[in-house]
Amino acid sequence: MKAAGRRAFLRMLGAGAGLTGLALAGCATPEILPKSGRRVVVVGGGFGGAIAAKYLRLFDPTLEVILIERNRRYVACPFSNQVITGLRDFEGLTLGYDALASRYGVRLLFDEVTAIDPATTTVVTRSGRVRYDRLVLAPGIDFRTELIDGYDPRTTPELMPHAWQAGPQTLLLKRQLEAMPDGGRVLISVPAAPYRCPPGPYERACLIAAWLRRHKPRAKVIVLDANPDITAMGALFREAWKTRHAGMIEYLPATRVSGVDTAAGAFVVEGVESVRGDVLNLIPPQRAGAIAARADLVEEGGHWCPVDPRSFESTRHPGVHVIGDAAIAGAMPKSGYAANAQAKVCALNVLALMNGKPPHELDGINVCYAAIGEDEDISIAQVFRVADGRIVAAPVPGGASPANLSRGRLEHRYAESWLRNILAEMSG
Amino acid sequence: MYAVSCRIFLRLFLAVVSLVAALPAPAAGIVPGVVCDGCHGTGGHSAGTTIPSLAGQDRDYFVIAMQAFRSGERPSTVMGPLARGLTDTDIRGMAAYYARQTPLAQTAPVDPALVKAGMKVFYDRCKTCHLDGSLWKLIHQNRGYERECSGRCHLDYGPERGKVVPLIGGQWREYLEMELAAFRDGSRGMSKRKARAFEHLDDADLAAVAAFFASRTELQR
Repeated sequence: MKAAGRRAFLRMLGAGAGLTGLALAGCATPEILPKSGRRVVVVGGGFGGAIAAKYLRLFDPTLEVILIERNRRYVACPFSNQVITGLRDFEGLTLGYDALASRYGVRLLFDEVTAIDPATTTVVTRSGRVRYDRLVLAPGIDFRTELIDGYDPRTTPELMPHAWQAGPQTLLLKRQLEAMPDGGRVLISVPAAPYRCPPGPYERACLIAAWLRRHKPRAKVIVLDANPDITAMGALFREAWKTRHAGMIEYLPATRVSGVDTAAGAFVVEGVESVRGDVLNLIPPQRAGAIAARADLVEEGGHWCPVDPRSFESTRHPGVHVIGDAAIAGAMPKSGYAANAQAKVCALNVLALMNGKPPHELDGINVCYAAIGEDEDISIAQVFRVADGRIVAAPVPGGASPANLSRGRLEHRYAESWLRNILAEMSG
Repeated sequence: MYAVSCRIFLRLFLAVVSLVAALPAPAAGIVPGVVCDGCHGTGGHSAGTTIPSLAGQDRDYFVIAMQAFRSGERPSTVMGPLARGLTDTDIRGMAAYYARQTPLAQTAPVDPALVKAGMKVFYDRCKTCHLDGSLWKLIHQNRGYERECSGRCHLDYGPERGKVVPLIGGQWREYLEMELAAFRDGSRGMSKRKARAFEHLDDADLAAVAAFFASRTELQR
């Protein structure tokens, strides 16, 4: 497609997305973007989906790739904890999709997917039906708010922000911190694993503690963790809390928030009484993005999507691949880097399957950085491969930062470049 | 300004063309290679100034570097554990993947005066070993220099000898400065020969030579 033609096409798609609600009410859903050649549809334009779309085109420029995403702008979660305490703004974390279209020839459809029918290889959006040969689904997470008594999905996040999907929620938590009295209590509830970004809540505790020491030194952070212990880089966070944030952070393991008392401004804690706070950061338990369940891709009795460990093809519905936070990827964490790595291996193996070739082996890598203060970071780096049908971590000791945090400042400099590169991968 | 953005655009365009040229038939090392690009940038073109670009890196040097990370001989943060988790086959495959990519120069402006000072440092202290293809060419275009040629480079280093020479031209200045600082403070080990060269260099020289290497736009192994 010539550039001018493509631009016109994109304009048409953009217009279509706005009109559909009116135009299609009551009609049988029409097919949009009729399929002529080999096509892969990618649903979800985050760390997994955007990369899958880009690399499918890089690996096979003859393939038609359509990326369906709700929003025209993407706000990245990694490093958004720094937005909460004013160390960073959203400008550097916000991405568009223009380069995926103009440089890689990915077709963009800004629209909401309402259903997926694996039997007829069809995705249904608000504007119509889109056919595919293979589908890559990267729906991220949704919250299991039904596990929290008294939680109203509409109003509770406005009082007790999760800030676990970056954007307005992040800014709300920032405003609440700023408005809190000195001497106040910040409660952070950590959901039972697995959840998106294992070190995220503990990083948040560090950054908020550092900010409080500067601005409200009599205030305190209380971490209520549903898990028996810190779920990632535990020894390092404990060391940081002891040496960097002494007296500022109280950690309560095996403390599950089972309800909210919005009138009293308190978490209801299973087996204990309620815990009152001035800022209540409630990170609810999580499940695969809602569309995964609607498409029958979630495991029986579970909340995530079982997949083949090389191709990430659903074990429930052939032809549909699930990557990123929503997938059950064995030992790989639900992180942006893991989603990026899975997307590339998935893209190669989608093509291998389409071309009747043997699959590529998985060499999964995850590199996560977590801030322990304003200018210090810690990291974990792991290699994953498939053994006995499961993704396992290569048995290598010493994947995390040194226990005495001696490289914190150096790692802070690397972390910044990590962010630059992984975002540049998605947007250019 | 216009010329600059044109140049950047051209580079990006070439990067894409080279990737597209390199990738359609997934070849050796493709999986570990692309997976590492999450940190090192698509096709090994790093957008982060403290993480090196790997595009076009010498294949043998890549393996040497990974082995040094693995053994701990070269200090690192995440690279040690990653090198220990990857197999020899992975590492050889990645070396091939990155060697296939077209190297691109970093895009930050560098102070011309610093570059000039850095070139002098390069001629005085670095040139007999750090002769990648483009620097070899640069030296031989410098007729004044060639008249005084001691022949030493021809004896031990440089393309004629088939020695392993890392590609460091066009690398981010910040990354180069960090590595030079690590050599200087002893946290990254070096050969006796390199240590001798370092004895004569002060911090200003190191900053200058980092700028010189960062300023290189003609990159070839």
